Amino acid sequence: MGTFGLLRGRAFYDVLVTGGGISGVQAALDLANAGFKVLLVDRGPSIGGHMAQLDKTFPTNDCSI
Amino acid sequence: MLSYAELEGLEGEAGNFTAKILKKPRYVNESRCTGCRNCVEKCPVEVPDVFNQSLSKNKAIHIYFSQAIPLITYIDPNYCLYLKEKKCGICADICKNQAIDFEQRPTLLEVKVGAVVLSLGFEPYDPRSRPEYGYGTIPNVITSMDFERILSSTGPYEGEIRRPSDLKHPKKVAWIQCVGSRQVLEGGHSYCSSVCCTYTQKQVILAKTHDPDMECVVFHNDIRAFGKGFERFYKRALGLPKVRFIRAYPAIVGGDPLTGNVILRYATSEGVREESFDLVVLSVGLSAPLGLRGMAQRLGLELHPHGFLRPWGFELLETSRPGIFVSGAALGPMDIPEAVYTASGAASRCGVVLTYRRGKLTVPRVYPEERKVQAEEPRVGVFVCHCGANIGRVVNVPELVRYALGLPHVVYAEEDLFWCSTDGTKRIMEAVKEKGLNRVVVAACTPKTHEPTFKDSIRMGGINQYLVDMANIREHCTWVHPLEREEAQRKAEDLIRMSLARALALEPLQEYEIPVDKRVLVIGGGVAGMTCALDLAEQGHEVWLLEREAELGGMARRIHWTPDGLDVQVFLEELIKKVNLHPLIHVLLGAKIVEATGYMGNFLTKVRSNGFLYEIKHGVTVIATGAEEYRPKEYLYGEDERVLTGLELEGLLWQRDPRVLEAKTVVMIQCVGSRNEEHNYCSRVCCGQSVKNALKLKELNPSCDVFVLYRDMRTYGFLEDLYREAAQKGVIFIRYEEEKPPQVQKGAEGLKVLVEEPILGSKVELEADLLVLAVALVPRADNPELGQLFKVSLDEDGFFKEAHVKLRPVDFGTEGIYLCGTAHGPKYIQEAIAQAHAAAGRAMTVLSQDKLTSSGIVCEVKRERCIGCGMCVEACLYGAITLEETKQGKKAQVIPVLCKGCGLCNAKCPTGAIELKHFRDRQIEAEIDALVSLDFVKVFINDEGKVA
Repeated sequence: MGTFGLLRGRAFYDVLVTGGGISGVQAALDLANAGFKVLLVDRGPSIGGHMAQLDKTFPTNDCSI
Repeated sequence: MLSYAELEGLEGEAGNFTAKILKKPRYVNESRCTGCRNCVEKCPVEVPDVFNQSLSKNKAIHIYFSQAIPLITYIDPNYCLYLKEKKCGICADICKNQAIDFEQRPTLLEVKVGAVVLSLGFEPYDPRSRPEYGYGTIPNVITSMDFERILSSTGPYEGEIRRPSDLKHPKKVAWIQCVGSRQVLEGGHSYCSSVCCTYTQKQVILAKTHDPDMECVVFHNDIRAFGKGFERFYKRALGLPKVRFIRAYPAIVGGDPLTGNVILRYATSEGVREESFDLVVLSVGLSAPLGLRGMAQRLGLELHPHGFLRPWGFELLETSRPGIFVSGAALGPMDIPEAVYTASGAASRCGVVLTYRRGKLTVPRVYPEERKVQAEEPRVGVFVCHCGANIGRVVNVPELVRYALGLPHVVYAEEDLFWCSTDGTKRIMEAVKEKGLNRVVVAACTPKTHEPTFKDSIRMGGINQYLVDMANIREHCTWVHPLEREEAQRKAEDLIRMSLARALALEPLQEYEIPVDKRVLVIGGGVAGMTCALDLAEQGHEVWLLEREAELGGMARRIHWTPDGLDVQVFLEELIKKVNLHPLIHVLLGAKIVEATGYMGNFLTKVRSNGFLYEIKHGVTVIATGAEEYRPKEYLYGEDERVLTGLELEGLLWQRDPRVLEAKTVVMIQCVGSRNEEHNYCSRVCCGQSVKNALKLKELNPSCDVFVLYRDMRTYGFLEDLYREAAQKGVIFIRYEEEKPPQVQKGAEGLKVLVEEPILGSKVELEADLLVLAVALVPRADNPELGQLFKVSLDEDGFFKEAHVKLRPVDFGTEGIYLCGTAHGPKYIQEAIAQAHAAAGRAMTVLSQDKLTSSGIVCEVKRERCIGCGMCVEACLYGAITLEETKQGKKAQVIPVLCKGCGLCNAKCPTGAIELKHFRDRQIEAEIDALVSLDFVKVFINDEGKVA
């Protein structure tokens, strides 16, 4: 998660994932768990995307967040 | 992770890209802000809260939403008085950490990356581009996104359903479907947005739980409940009292200025009707993400005509530029499970490109050697957290620290604004080292969020990570009674005391490690199984691919075109060739599994194939066994040779059979064997298949009359364009209702098909040369057997059941086993391929590791007490307990790597022989004693009742 190196110009990653919604987060997690160094970039002030705005999800009506 | 940043440009090629990323100014130093929100409280400027769809207010400086990641503030420069006019600056004055930085400017960062995944999402359709909806002009017309926030407990009305104009609870709500979707009009989209039908049903169900008396009306076109479990969900919504589904396009007449209500006008079979509603929800569709066109241009990517990043071809996840992959709704409208599996699939595709550098850039964390603490006197450290203002504003944290210091065995106690911060965790680590702590209590939030963080800190401090306990004084205390401050203070003390008692009873636990077998077993040699096998083989893993038939290919052998016109047989031939030529893939044809044992990392499966018995060791298993075509009992199928299934017609079309070239009238009947009592689900692909075949028929035999008898045309997503094209080319679509299915009789010439059109109630009689049944896709008959072999479950319909329908669509509850293709449920070829990549992506998260580490919190059997009754074996959801023959009879045995520490077996065991480590009876009893026993309390409270 640390981006300290990035701001110091030491910026080498295996994969860049743009978009921190449910899909981007899943891609970043799967890549990181498969041994890759990932940079996840979101254009909003927080990751989560539209799914974070949803109350519940169908068809199980599980809480979305 | 970088938030508030955008990809500006990308140079280079796969394996060696240079990405330019623009970091926008937050005007807040990210490493200094602790998220305490003091600045938010004092900021004088109120702004519309975008997260709440501007239905409520926030401040010019605020945290995007309460669970935001990162949980830090940002300043909206459009509203901030300082940034606009150099006035104010209160936030900078109030911040104790000097985190406010008005001088921040956009910065351009350069990053070297090997591959890129674009997961850019979608943009909800903005109904303001069509003024007749009245959105923005009639206050009680809202969008479904607005309603979603209204339903939420963190929403503008704290979870109460109110309407914007007067905050009254609406008693009568209408939803209008297809807003911005399925419209060939200026400002609308011609495609179907795929998710709105079902999200509306969800909103109806949730609204009815809020207010069971509410009247809900859904105005819809076709109901497209094509996903897994959706048909049942639709029927559930349909069956609720005071819920009406009306097939009509209503017009919004206007708002009533007196009542605030909204008047809708719509056509019924009895004529035009006007009806008044307290609130109208527009079920808006999904548009392409904002700015995608510009980004595609900068990155040199081709876009789909509808503006999304969906490529034309079998592989959905690739873009026109190698090394750049796509996932999620940027591919086109889709539901969450598809967004998740396309993501796992894109991860696998990246893995194929970058497999040579896997693990090179990541650095494993090194921990100091563990101190043996069991012989030591207990020395406990208590760390009390303010959690910004979350805890500190309700209870007196310094008082709690003093209280803790008065408790027995506590040698150190301290407070912090955020113990979970980088600085906080470092201080805990140092305290463990310097004060020689051997137990730690963190009085803060729920262990669900930060227990791993604190386990890591004490491990870095040199003691076993299981020697920490968390007292949840946030969720269990300050959040639930913020007004009763005195009582909250006492409760926080109780919780800390209980946690201390538990911490004293904790024991160091060892984690279990098992080596991972790097080989894979893929069951099913259809398109999904082969695609998955190839992905894994290309990432260096040996794959055993099993196929029960005598040749590879599965169902795809009978499919000739995809609805979008791709040649399936050419693709299939190529795929089979690749599989057969790959040195790491072993194909076993005519294969039958006779035995399956083992668990993630170490499976052993015995397979019979062509007279040989293979014993295959493998680390992960993929189930891709496909589905079957339903053999209809209805509509004279099998009795009259003019009655065919959709796939059979496709075969005739492919062969240019005179029966289709010379047919004058072809009638197709949809939903044969689907959406009924026997198969209570939609088969998803039959509508698209019929439209595809109808178009092909019209192409080969233009004078042929083609009729499609349907219940709801479910040509979701971009398939809608084909449905429209078919209608334009003269294919006639006639709807029928479930209760009144078409009737088929043998006529003198052709087959006589009778159907009742429901709106006008008129009966239509058709004379068909060919009758084509769009039959269901049904689960394979041997699914239960295979499920039992691998201890994985089936869903209500008989397809394989994933671990979580939304978030883990290709995983099973049993770890190390993955699922893809139509074994999971009906789907199109491209969807099955993307899901096959996903199964490979998920499998790689296991296969890329040399060993698996399981938690130390697992069950343990006291053999002398075990009577071998097997109740624990039945209770276990993870297949983690087996019965072993011993000299003393049958005894339960736990496989630690499979045990999830849920404790279900503990509750079932009649003799108390099985116990969960870390949650042993004595550990829990110690907590309870500390709460209720006055004796215990007396130990550390002096005679005046004060803290000693």
